[in-house]
Formats: sequence, C-alpha cells, structure tokens
Amino acid sequence: MTELTDILSAAGLWAAMLRIATPLIFGTLGALIGERAGVLNLGIEGIMTFGAVTGWLVVFNGADLWVGVLAAALAGMAFGLLHALMTVTLGLSQHVTGLGITLFASSLGYFIFRLTTPAASTPPTITPFQPLSSAMPGIASLFDGGFWGAVVFSQTTLTFAAIAMAGLLAYIIRATPLGLAIRMSGENPHAAEAQGINPVVIRYGTVMIGSALMAIGGAFLTLSAFNSFFPGMVQGRGWICIALVVFATWRPERALFGALLFAFFDAFQLRLQAVLADSVPYQLFLMVPYLISILALIVMARQARVPQALMQPYRRGER
Amino acid sequence: MRLEKRESRSPALMLLAPLMAVAVALVIVGGLITLAGASAPEAFLKIITGAFGSRLALTETLTRCVPLILTGLAAAVAFRARVWNIGAEGQFYLGAAAVAAVGSGALGTILPAPVLIGLLALTGAIAGAVWLLLPLWMRLRFSVDEVVTSLLLNFVALLIVSMLLDGPMKDPLAFGWPQSLPVPDDAMLPKLIERSRLHIGLLAAIAIALLLHMVQSRTVFGLQTRATGLNPDAARFAGVPPVSTLIKVACLSGGFAGLAGAIEVIGVKGYVTSDLSPGFGYSGIVIAMLANLHPIGVVAAALYTAAVFIGADSMSRSLGVPTAIADVTVSLSLLTMLVAVFFTQYRIRA
Amino acid sequence: MSSRPILKLSRITKRFGAVIANDDVSISLAQGEILALLGENGAGKTTLMNILFGHYAPDEGTVSVDGALLPPGQPLAAIRAGVGMVHQHFSLAPNLTVLENVMTGTEPLWSFRSARTGGRRKLVALSERFGLIVDPDARVGDLSVGERQRVEILKALYNDARILILDEPTAVLTRQEAERLFAVLRQMARQGLSLVLISHKLDEVMTTADRVVVLRGGKVAAERMTADTDKAELAELMVGRRVTRPARAAAKRGAIAFEAAGLCAAGAGAAPLDTVSFRLYEGEILAIIGVSGNGQTTLADVMFGTRKPDAGDLLLHGRPFEGGSVWAVHEAGIGRIPEDRNREGVVGDMTIWENAVLERIRSPRFSRRGIVDRAAGIAFAEQIMAEFDVRGGTPTRRIRALSGGNVQKLILGRNLLDNPRIIVAAQPTRGLDEGAVVAVHDRLLEARQRGAALMLISEDLDEVIGLADRVQAIVKGRLSPPVPADRADPRLLGLMMAGDWQRAGDISAGEMAHAS
Repeated sequence: MTELTDILSAAGLWAAMLRIATPLIFGTLGALIGERAGVLNLGIEGIMTFGAVTGWLVVFNGADLWVGVLAAALAGMAFGLLHALMTVTLGLSQHVTGLGITLFASSLGYFIFRLTTPAASTPPTITPFQPLSSAMPGIASLFDGGFWGAVVFSQTTLTFAAIAMAGLLAYIIRATPLGLAIRMSGENPHAAEAQGINPVVIRYGTVMIGSALMAIGGAFLTLSAFNSFFPGMVQGRGWICIALVVFATWRPERALFGALLFAFFDAFQLRLQAVLADSVPYQLFLMVPYLISILALIVMARQARVPQALMQPYRRGER
Repeated sequence: MRLEKRESRSPALMLLAPLMAVAVALVIVGGLITLAGASAPEAFLKIITGAFGSRLALTETLTRCVPLILTGLAAAVAFRARVWNIGAEGQFYLGAAAVAAVGSGALGTILPAPVLIGLLALTGAIAGAVWLLLPLWMRLRFSVDEVVTSLLLNFVALLIVSMLLDGPMKDPLAFGWPQSLPVPDDAMLPKLIERSRLHIGLLAAIAIALLLHMVQSRTVFGLQTRATGLNPDAARFAGVPPVSTLIKVACLSGGFAGLAGAIEVIGVKGYVTSDLSPGFGYSGIVIAMLANLHPIGVVAAALYTAAVFIGADSMSRSLGVPTAIADVTVSLSLLTMLVAVFFTQYRIRA
Repeated sequence: MSSRPILKLSRITKRFGAVIANDDVSISLAQGEILALLGENGAGKTTLMNILFGHYAPDEGTVSVDGALLPPGQPLAAIRAGVGMVHQHFSLAPNLTVLENVMTGTEPLWSFRSARTGGRRKLVALSERFGLIVDPDARVGDLSVGERQRVEILKALYNDARILILDEPTAVLTRQEAERLFAVLRQMARQGLSLVLISHKLDEVMTTADRVVVLRGGKVAAERMTADTDKAELAELMVGRRVTRPARAAAKRGAIAFEAAGLCAAGAGAAPLDTVSFRLYEGEILAIIGVSGNGQTTLADVMFGTRKPDAGDLLLHGRPFEGGSVWAVHEAGIGRIPEDRNREGVVGDMTIWENAVLERIRSPRFSRRGIVDRAAGIAFAEQIMAEFDVRGGTPTRRIRALSGGNVQKLILGRNLLDNPRIIVAAQPTRGLDEGAVVAVHDRLLEARQRGAALMLISEDLDEVIGLADRVQAIVKGRLSPPVPADRADPRLLGLMMAGDWQRAGDISAGEMAHAS
C-alpha cells in the first residue's frame, strides 16, 4: 500500500502523464476532426511514424526544432491530401485506404531514414526541445523544488501546444460557423451542400489539418520525448488514438481528458512495473494500454452519437 | 471534370487493372531507387534474379509464399463478408504459439507423424479463430468496430506470446534467447524439394485457396456469405442467419491466419520466436486487396509479394538500397490497386 | 396576387446519357402564386427543380429570378437569389439541434463566433409569423416527421427565401398534418411568397394551387388554372391516357388461412406492435393502411419471419404456427414481398438468378448437400422472366442493371410462380411507374382470384381502395377493427389512419359488425 501512495504522490508520475499524453492528444485531435467531417483516417499510425522521421531528420540536418515540427506537419498534410484524394474524391473504402497509407507512410519513413542515416550500433541523436525550466529559468526558479515545478516545468512547449490545441478545436467545433460546417459535413453532407457548404472542401481541409496534427504528435516523440528515431517507436499509439476518439465521443475536450486518463494509467503501470518486476511479467503491464483502449471502446460505443455520415463517401448528385 | 459510373465492367479491364496498378507502383519505386543512388533497371533485374534466379532463390520465394497465401485468404474471406479482420498478425502468432505448446508437449512424442501434423494444424487454426471471435463478439455484443479492436489485439497477442516465451514455453537450451521449445521432428512437414526449406505446406495453401474458391462460387454457404457482405439487410430478409454467418466467416478467416502461424512453425522454423513474422498478417491485407478478394488471385498476389520481399532483400544487399524498399513497393501497390479497381467501375468525363 | 413574374425557367433541356429528363421546358411563376408541378414518377419534375436550385446544370436553357439570370449549377447562387427548396427526403442532421440545422451555411465560414442569439431570435420570429412552431434547441432526431418538415421550411425562410419549392411535401404526413401544412402554405402566399408545389396527388393540387403545370415524359403537357379544370382532366393529362385500375371481380371468400391474436413484437428502430389481431381469408385481400412509422415495418417483419413475436398466437390454416424464421414462413407457403426492394428485396451486385433463388436456396430444388444447382437456378429465373415479363437482362447479369419495375416483377415472380396460399406484400408499388403499378396489381388480383389469402400493407389509399376487400388501419402499433373496402372513402380511411376509430366506427357502423 505504501508503494502505491509513494507512486501517486511522486511528481514524476504526473510529469510522465503529461509527457505520455502529448502525442496522444495530437493524434486523437487529428483523427477526431477528420471523423467529425465524415472521414476515418486509419493512416494515423503511419503518418505519426512519418512525422517522427521527418521532424527528426530535418533537425538532424541542422534545422531549428520548430522547423522540424513544421516539416513534420507539412509531410503529414501531404499524406492527408493522399487520403482525401482516395476517400473523398474517389470515395474508396476509408478502412482499406487508411491501412494502405499506414503501411506506405511507415515503410517510406523507414526507407528515407535508412537512406539518409547510415546504420550505426547506437542511433544518432539530436538536441531535443528543452523543458520549460531551462527555457524560462526565471519563472521556473520560483517553483523550484516544488511539486508544480517538477510537473509543469519539466514539460516542453509542445505539450502546452497540445493542450491549447484541444481547447481551440473544442471552441471551433462548438461555437463557430466553421465548426458547424464541419459537423454538418459529417452528419449530412447532402444537407451541407444544399446550404451552400462544400463538404468536399471541408473534408479535404479537416483530413489534411488532422493529418498534420498526427504528424506533429509523431514528431513529439523524436523531438521532445526522445532524441533519436528507431523503427517501431510509434508502437500502436495511432490505433490507441482511434479508440480514444470513440471514448471522447468525438469531442475535443473529452479527447484531452481521455488522453490524460489513458496516459495516467500508462505512467502508473510503468512505475508499478518497477515495483512488481519480480513477481509479474512485464508484458502484462505493456498490455494494459491496449486493453484499456478496448475497454474504453466497449464502454462508450453504445452511448456515443457517431457522426451519421462517417465512412460514407459523398459524391455530388449521387444519393 | 467528373466521375461517371461505368455501365458494365469488361473482363479485360478487370484483368488489366492489377497489372496497371503494379506497373505504376514499380515506376514510383524506380524513382525511389534512383534517389538511393542505384540504377533502377539494374535494381529491378536484381530483384527478379534475387527472387527467381537460382534454385535457392526460387525455393525461398515459394517458402515465403506459404504464410502469405494463408494470411491473404484470411483477409479476403473476411473482407468479402465485411468482417474487417485486421488482426491476422496476432492470430498468426497465437496459432504458432499454440502449435509449439502442444507439439513440444507429451502428445508430440506419442502420436504418429500424420496424426500429429493434422492435430497441430487444427490447433493453430483454432487458436487463430478464437482470437478473431473475440473482436467479432465485441462487435455483435457492444457494436464496437472490429477494425480497431482486432488491430489492438495484435499487440496483445504478441505480448502474450512474448510472455510465454519468457516463461512456461522458454527453451532452456536456447542460451537465454526468448525462444520456445522445439516441436519434435515427427511434427515437421515433409520437404517438397530436398536440400531447401520448401515444404508441402505450399501445396496445402494452394489447395486451400482452390477449395475456398469452390466453396465461395458453388455452395449455399458461399452464396449466403456473399449476400451478407454485399447487402446484409437483403441477406437477412432471405433468411440468411446474420450472426452465424459472421461467426463461420470469422472461424475461416482467423483459422487461416492461425494455420499460417502453425505451418510456419512446423514447416520452417520448428519453434516460435517473437520475430517469427515480418508482418505476414499486415501483408495479407495487401495481398487480399491486390487479388480483389479472389482466392485464386490471392495465390498470384502472394507470389508477387513474396518475390518483392525476397528479391528486394538480395538487391538491397548488393546495391545498398535500404530493405524497406520492399515494404514500400508492396504498400504502394495496394494504394495503386485501390485506384485501379476504382477505374474499372468509373470513368472520367471531361 | 400580382402577375409580375418572379421566376422564369426558359427552354430547359437536361439529358442524362441517352435519357432526356427535361425537354424544352418553360415555366414562369408570379409573385404570391402557388404553382403546382404535376406529373408521374419519372416525368422530370425533380430534375427540373434540381436545375432551378442549382444542383444540376442544364444542357440548354436558363433560369432567372426577378429578371436576373442565375449561374447554372450553383446552389449558393440560388439561395442568395431567394430560392428555397424543401426536399421530399429531409436534408437534416438528426444529431444537431434545430437552430444548428437552420443556421448551417448562413454565416461567413471564418467568423470567430457564431451569432446564435441573433439567429435564435430570427428563427423564433419566423416560426411565429407563419405558425411553424418548433423548439430551436431540440435535437432534430427527437422530432416528429411533421416537425422536421417545419424545420426544412424554416431553413428556407431563414435564408430569406421568396420562392419556396416543396417536393412531395405530404408524402410522409397524416391527413391532418397535411391540412395544417396547406393552411401554412396559403398563409405564406398571402404574405407575398411564391410557391412551387411538386406533387402527383390530384386532391392537394386542386385545393391548394392557383395554377397547374403538367409534366409528362420530360415535357410540359399542359398548363391550367385550377379554377378551370378538374381532377379527371388533370389525371388524364398526367398519364396521357385514361387510367384503368384493375376492376375487382367478386371472389369467393374461403376459410381462414392465417390468424393472429394478441400479437406483440418489439421493433428494431421501428414502432412496436401492441396486441394486434387480424384474420386472412382465402380469396381475399386485407389491406393494412397507415401513416408510415406506425408499426407497419414491424408487422411486415413478423409476417416475413425476420422478427419473432414477443406474445400472441399465430394460426396457420388453423394450426399453431411458430413464426420467427424466414425458412419456416417460406415452408409454410407464404409469399413475401418486402417493403424496400433495393434494401431488402435484392442484392444489387448479385446476378438475377442468384436473387431469384437466394431465399429458397436451401430447398432441394436448388441445392443438394450444400452445393448450389446453378442450372436449376437459371432455369427458375428464366421462367420468372418469361411469365412475369421481366425485361432488361439475362439471368446471369447483375440485377442492378434492371429498372425498379422489373426488379419488382422479379420479386413478385419468385414468390408467385409457385402459387403460394398466402401472400404478404408491403408497399408493393412504391416508386413504380404507372405501367408497372398496373402489372403488379393485376398479379395480386390474379392470386386472389385463384384463392390465395393476401395481406397488403400500403400507404397508397387509391391502391387500397382499388384492391382490398377489407381494410384495417395501423396506428401507434395497434390495429383498428376491419372495415369493408367498398364502404371506405378517403374521408373514412383518413379518420382511421388518424386513430379516430370511434368516429370511423360511427360512419361505417353497420358494416363493421359483419366484416369481422
């Protein structure tokens, strides 16, 4: 019991939670806005991988960290464009196209990584984003040594950007005409069209922006959480994001909550694992995130109001 | 410019589509190879010779074909009934692990070889089927999309296998490597060609593909599953029991994937490791789509995919092109195939 | 009513491939006028209105509002010019609120904030002005059909529509709801709005419109002031020939073929059945009428064997019948004609012969030990196609290639070929053209003539009056007492469908007793 309270009261747990949540927040938001407009993007796993590679490579070759983030976002957009071309314009199966894009984007990412970075026994590294404590030492020193200092100021700017993005998207979707247009495109594209909104444009836009967010989530892994790229590092985070969208019932503010909750469990199990290493196989702990995701799907699937036109292709003049 | 539905699909077009798709994919891959500093024609030549150019190359390619045919069939049979089984990778591993567990146990020493092989194949298929019935049950019971759950279960399956390899199934003689106890020699499939890795599993896989084709085109079950996939409401109206049809399809699909794992163990490796599959389950999806979900097409698409993997491996060793080019080629072929199939149904009108 | 033309469609021609949907059509609409556009299915009404509204661009011809040409193929331009369209199939998002549905597309997309408060005020003002009362914050999915139609109309008015196009607005309404709607429409015309009413119902055209344009085969067949014409003339103009519904020869009513007593069943997303009782006699057609969504679907499902009743007794030729299984229903010799032929009746991407045998594939006639007898299936399809005049394909072609009427003839044929003793037909002529309707009616009457017991579930009152021997109305899952069809006029049927069985009973007092 004391071990449990020790884990829970340590600032490290809560700092890890924010860190683990960040790529999930980006990924979930990215998938969410596409789905709100009616397009499921299962390319997410590959787009996150490609974002991780692109961001890292750009920085490794001397560019600024933010240029790396931007490059990742643009690369993500390119795959979003491809996904939109195939699913919106051609109306192909969103499931299959998305999986194809995941396979293509991740293999292309590995290819480019291997092409530009010679094989070495230890992967080459970059200097990643620094925690706020070193970025703004003045303010951070006020909280020095305290709980909040350790939790908040150990994060990098991208984490706060992710949280802000959740708020921004929540506002856009709920309160602006653009958000209404996005929702209408995902609920009834024919009605949207009849009311002078072009659902095709909306779907292209949300899928591309969403893919950019996914790629930024991937780039967080190589530019902030770690300092190098290695194959398989996305580790199913994309699929977890897809599950989190359902858990969040397609709402950005709940996506933020879901990602944090999920990250809490993940951070917690990592620490519990250290305590229980001798008695319980570590694989059981690693299963936890996937099992939680499945559980979340089961709990929420029935009550969620799925966007009515999700996965339905829209072609003008065809009903 | 707009898209117009074609009134009829010509058979020539249907046949031409996959060839066009592969051609376009290869042109793009050629560009990437050039980018990597190698000559594209030379690279393609090396891929072909690497896949078919020698006795060793050919037998290796055909050996690789076996699990790919089976995972390809797993995806094809499921997708046709709109069961989105993306979990073939996990089903493959559980099938393999189940075979190793049963085969290395007491049964492995007492049963005669043919019975043992049959039993092990069945064991693998059942393990795979169970692992797909789980997400199907979640879909029927809680209306949870099986795409995501079957995907997530891949990770869980791999971790279960990894846990078993660290624990009860660990081979103490493997110098600490996480590797299962081997199955006895009696359990191993006979070789098709001496002094190669090619085993009779290839014939079994092709026979299964033919059989599946017969079932789909000639039987009541085939007609009913096709109806369920194309129009579930009409199938229900016509008295096709929706749930039991889906369960049967899931048993076939998961069974094929589990069997793929089983055959990989008793045909090639003899034991299980946690890197037994270089993504066979995911490749199966690509293969099924390349084949337009047709069982015979799956055999051809599996051969293409196996050749790309084996050929690209040897090409990249000699020309210094990253091996990931094989995965790029295959996944790109999937995307171009999707577009090609689209244009068998639609045409562009100015 | 002023005579200033507010809307002009000039010489519109629209082709889809080889089909000419509109052929040199010219129409003008005056301010404050209600113009009815009358025509059968496929006469080109909907295409014409889609051109006016900018969904399609015409191949030839122009549309002008207030003398200004509208750019072709741009819905937004039509909206801005003051054209509003109320579709037959509502174009609403059930998960969004009324206000959200109405406000979509009314503000610049890139505003920082949606002006909800102002929007709500405008919406409330409009709904009060025209008597279209609906809660702005209700989720559209929770509204009744009549309320949803009000939302559709408000949507157009919110966009400052001065010209309102209503496509078959009463198709889904009860008689009472429809009458209320027409009062609203006349009110709108009085306040200066101009309306186009697309319809094939002669009654509502005669009572509501000022002027009628009749479309036939894509062309303007005639134009009349409603004051100068009558229903008979319009019907003739619409069809181009005198319509003869099949005459009902007297058939001898036989024994009870099928009986249900106290039947209850839950509906999957449809209204449930609440202690329903009825009897089907041999040589008789029992019609079940009602406004859609009152339990017809569930009743049909139970009769088709796709839904198991929760309570009640079924008797087949006097013996208890289990039900709840398609195969059992099929084996019992009950022919099944589904409500929605494209959703339930056929699998579009399968061949004609496969569709002909799919529901009877387990019979030894078409399969042995699980192997399909393809030759027998093809022969069966050929026989149906010959005897029921199914045109447009061969048995091995995909059924998608057939027209709606031919698909329905195939469905009819696969059921009737074996002379079933009981037939259940749900909405058998919905969406068919007049020729196909007559063919279907002929076949059903033929079956009655040879002694089959028929249940006809229909929303088309003309069809019911033309075919049925007895009529029961279904309202909120309950069945009214039966009424003999020869006493049933539209007014009586209207009362029955509205659930006012007391008054309906008074009207047909004597008949009620001996009918049951």
